[in-house]
Amino acid sequence: MNTSTTPITTKPDGSTSPAARALADTWTITLRDLQHWRHMLGTRIFNWVWPIILMTLFLGLMGGALGYALGGSYLNFVMPGVLAMTVFLGLEGTMAAVSQDSSRGVTDRFRSLPMSGIAVVGGRCIADLLDSLVSLTVVFGAGLIFGWRPDTTGAEALAVLGLLLLLRVAMLWTGIFVGLKAPTPESLGPINMLVWPILFFSSVFVDTATMPRWLGTIADANPLSATATTVRELLGAPMTGGETWFAEHASTFAVVWPGLLIAIFLPLAVSTYRHLRS
Amino acid sequence: MQDIETAISLEGVQKSYGGAKGTLVLDNLDLQVARGSVHGMLGPNGAGKTTAVRIMTTLLAPDAGRVVVAGADAVHESGRVRSRIGLVGQYAAVDEALSGRQNLVMFARLNRYRPASATRRADELLERFGLGEAADRQVKTYSGGMRRRVDLAAGLVTAPDVLFVDEPTTGLDPGVRQDVWTAIRELVREGTTVLLTTQYLEEADQLADRISMLGRGRVVAEGSPSQLKATVGDDWLEVTPESEADWPLFRQKLSKWSSGEVSLVDGVIRVPLANRSSSMIGATAALHEATLPVRDLALRTPSLDEVFVQISGQTALETHHHITPETAGKDTK
Repeated sequence: MNTSTTPITTKPDGSTSPAARALADTWTITLRDLQHWRHMLGTRIFNWVWPIILMTLFLGLMGGALGYALGGSYLNFVMPGVLAMTVFLGLEGTMAAVSQDSSRGVTDRFRSLPMSGIAVVGGRCIADLLDSLVSLTVVFGAGLIFGWRPDTTGAEALAVLGLLLLLRVAMLWTGIFVGLKAPTPESLGPINMLVWPILFFSSVFVDTATMPRWLGTIADANPLSATATTVRELLGAPMTGGETWFAEHASTFAVVWPGLLIAIFLPLAVSTYRHLRS
Repeated sequence: MQDIETAISLEGVQKSYGGAKGTLVLDNLDLQVARGSVHGMLGPNGAGKTTAVRIMTTLLAPDAGRVVVAGADAVHESGRVRSRIGLVGQYAAVDEALSGRQNLVMFARLNRYRPASATRRADELLERFGLGEAADRQVKTYSGGMRRRVDLAAGLVTAPDVLFVDEPTTGLDPGVRQDVWTAIRELVREGTTVLLTTQYLEEADQLADRISMLGRGRVVAEGSPSQLKATVGDDWLEVTPESEADWPLFRQKLSKWSSGEVSLVDGVIRVPLANRSSSMIGATAALHEATLPVRDLALRTPSLDEVFVQISGQTALETHHHITPETAGKDTK
């Protein structure tokens, strides 16, 4: 190690305006999260392909029976659900990344720096939204290859993208809060298990009308169902069930549920970040 | 009072976890660290070292008390404190998934360097800490010594006024340990104040100008390493007899030269000496005259270990009182 006198030569020279700092710092953190993609490309690619694996599984297992019951193609029915599932599963990635940073002391390093307070969560948001965009593109492309032909207009497609990203943002803040609260990444295990019943008791893979009445109602009330059903409508997929009050107002709930989750978890996450690990 | 020669000042700092009736972790902690010095903070687990450092580094807010670091209030001017401090060790980590260079460029960017200057700054640090060859490898592939040097470099991106260092050489080879110590001494020569927390007494002994011993959330002893050693007591002679059966004879011959009680522990006789050399000559001459067979003979000076053991032993017994009021608290300067 060269410990001879090397005085500081390069000094901080960036802007001191808070707004410029917030932008620059958020970009720095986004870039850092994107650098992780390159270093862990295998994991990333698996995460992008995972929804397709699940979709193929259900297509093979239930495509025949369910397609018959729907009176149409199961692929057309399931694809919008898979898009909703894709953004929903982003929750796991957000929780894992946030809890890893905070348990390993990286978050503390950021908090000890004279950087913008919103940059750490802001950078996480941007990187995870980019990740979900890649994921959605992969799923959408795979659907087209499988023979899916959505019946939609440009405006409807934009609305679909908006609703999916809204659900992703809700999952982001939920994930940031849970990730900050988790003492170790391992302790997220039980919460990751919870993801599956939420996924299966929804309209993602099956018609909720085929469930027992009480279960169907719970499934229709699931935020994931609201988004899946609304996306289904907008993409011209065969419609199902829709007997319960929740299902009839799916498009309202596709905005209300994520909005509610953001309203709850955004302030919680921000305040937890400020008073981390007391 | 706060003055320009004080780098860190804690007055009556209180902190408990889990609300008002929770566990009291810092109990009226006072600490003054002079600018340009290395201050060691020692204490057993649970003494409050980490909590104290987290408060000084703005990661945690105290319940009560005043904390001034590098001339700024750690609670109300946390931004100013953050631009003047560096953290090394368990308090803050580097990103193991990134390369050494990516880490340093990122930290420089977050320390308000423009992209080009951040790259230049990272290169300066990589060269200074001998990390040039490993610069583009992921930190998780680094050896222990390299890891520590990246840690140090990350804490030094902006030549901090005050550097907080935690156990900088735990688990390192002796040679690398010397390197890290040299780097820290170098910083101090350039004017950085270092607050060092460690379990390694040798490390504190080597580096620190002053040492505060923490127990139950307050300073139980404070002074220079030699002052602290002096509080434990005299040097002593260690005599290992060939046969423990001779112990009564040894005691009889040696007690004349001892300044305290002669004791036998695990086959080794311990003889406290008030008057180092003359007592030793007398004691060994007495053993020689009596032709008592001796397997080994050594002269020992108390290490900080003894101070540590003695003070933590006392704090374990006493709950509320200062052990050495004359060395703790106000008269630290």
